[in-house]
Amino acid sequence: MSPETSSTGSQLVKRGLADMLRGGVIMDVVNPEQAKIAEDAGAVAVMALERVPSDIRRDGGVARMSDPQMIQEIQATVTIPVMAKARIGHFAEAQILQALNVDYIDESEVLTPADEENHIDKWAFTVPFVCGATNLGEALRRIGEGACLIRSKGEAGTGNVVEAVRHLRTINAQMRRLQSADSSELFALAKDLGAPLPLVREVAETGHLPVPMFCAGGISTPADASLVLQLGAEAVFVGSGIFKSEDPTRMAHAIVEATTHFRDADVVAKVSTGLGAAMRGAETATLEQRLAERGW
Amino acid sequence: MRVGVLALQGDVREHTATLRALGAEPVAVRRAEHLEDLSGVILPGGESTAIAHLLATSGLREPLAKEIESGLPVFGTCAGLILLSRQVLDGRADQWSYAALDVAVRRNGYGRQVASFETTLDVEGLGEVPGVFIRAPKIESWGESVDVLATHDHGDGDFPVLVRQGSVWGCAFHPELTSDTRVHELFVTSLADR
Repeated sequence: MSPETSSTGSQLVKRGLADMLRGGVIMDVVNPEQAKIAEDAGAVAVMALERVPSDIRRDGGVARMSDPQMIQEIQATVTIPVMAKARIGHFAEAQILQALNVDYIDESEVLTPADEENHIDKWAFTVPFVCGATNLGEALRRIGEGACLIRSKGEAGTGNVVEAVRHLRTINAQMRRLQSADSSELFALAKDLGAPLPLVREVAETGHLPVPMFCAGGISTPADASLVLQLGAEAVFVGSGIFKSEDPTRMAHAIVEATTHFRDADVVAKVSTGLGAAMRGAETATLEQRLAERGW
Repeated sequence: MRVGVLALQGDVREHTATLRALGAEPVAVRRAEHLEDLSGVILPGGESTAIAHLLATSGLREPLAKEIESGLPVFGTCAGLILLSRQVLDGRADQWSYAALDVAVRRNGYGRQVASFETTLDVEGLGEVPGVFIRAPKIESWGESVDVLATHDHGDGDFPVLVRQGSVWGCAFHPELTSDTRVHELFVTSLADR
């Protein structure tokens, strides 16, 4: 068939890349050396950013899109997909990332939001977007805006998985509620969720999100990965948890193994043995800035 | 009929669902013992570097090689095609493959994600079939013993996108991502005929 009949940027090819990442680990990296370590360890993709979330948290100030040069250096280093973050609502940063040929854009609460009202109109882009969500309404609003992949927000940069668990459990519970609802209840439920009715109906029928659901935020050990996968996440994003640990190479390998064999406690036990210290972590109750509250 | 789906990473669920729709019994393959009593095995889409890594660490790499050598039919889609190819271009320096299919593939030969595309393919014996290409590998050269069942012209001439060499099948696109089950049916039917 001829190229004239081909089309790019369809929902199928955008969601399709997320399907290909399922069962894998996407690792935050800040330079080509880390990207290489991630790929060597079996990462399915890397997230190129200038500072991992725990450093953004420590340094304060405005966190923005990464320098294109750094993203391009990482693209030149690895063969796996390269993702990058844009600020919430900052469609110009997203346009730049698309021009740079990144494979996925994360419209991320880890960066400082650029718009307090609106997220990016993601339908306008050929490159697919992943967005964070703390509950089902937020997830469906992002999908309504064109997101092709949803991740829990967690509380990035804390090394504490508690928020990610809360988000996954909330989304799962709200999906079960929709499944058990009478069709005439769905209108009010859609209103309460603040979510588009057609998407609410779809979840009520299928029992899962229309796009893959991954987990992000606070995953620091192989056991954390196993936990969130057993709670229904289909892949994991690991931010500070690898390169802020004592032995990043070993931690990266271990989290990849645990993600593939997440139901096999013997494998998770084996890869958890003698790993060295995980990142130090923080108790989320004492945080001054909750990143998960960014976005709505 | 028990058909394995390599379940280390990637779009395992879609292949599983397609096999079930065709009346086959899908078997998730994560360890060597899962290869027992299979009529065939599918290597799914995903990231070929990650799957190759996990094949080695899970102890599956050699047992699967032996099965393929001894004639277990195998069908690789996208990343699975890369794993079966004789030669991988633009791969990692240490990228290995099973060399079961006499083709040379270029990783991401159709471009990065923004170039991923949908098209309609003309498959020998089936007619029009939807073709979903995601960071797809491109078959750039192939041996005489390789049957080309479908080609695609991306503006630079016809290149194979669905090939078969005896009991080894490979395609650059993702038939498992659409509701059209006919490409899988070709493979599954060939298992019944053996």
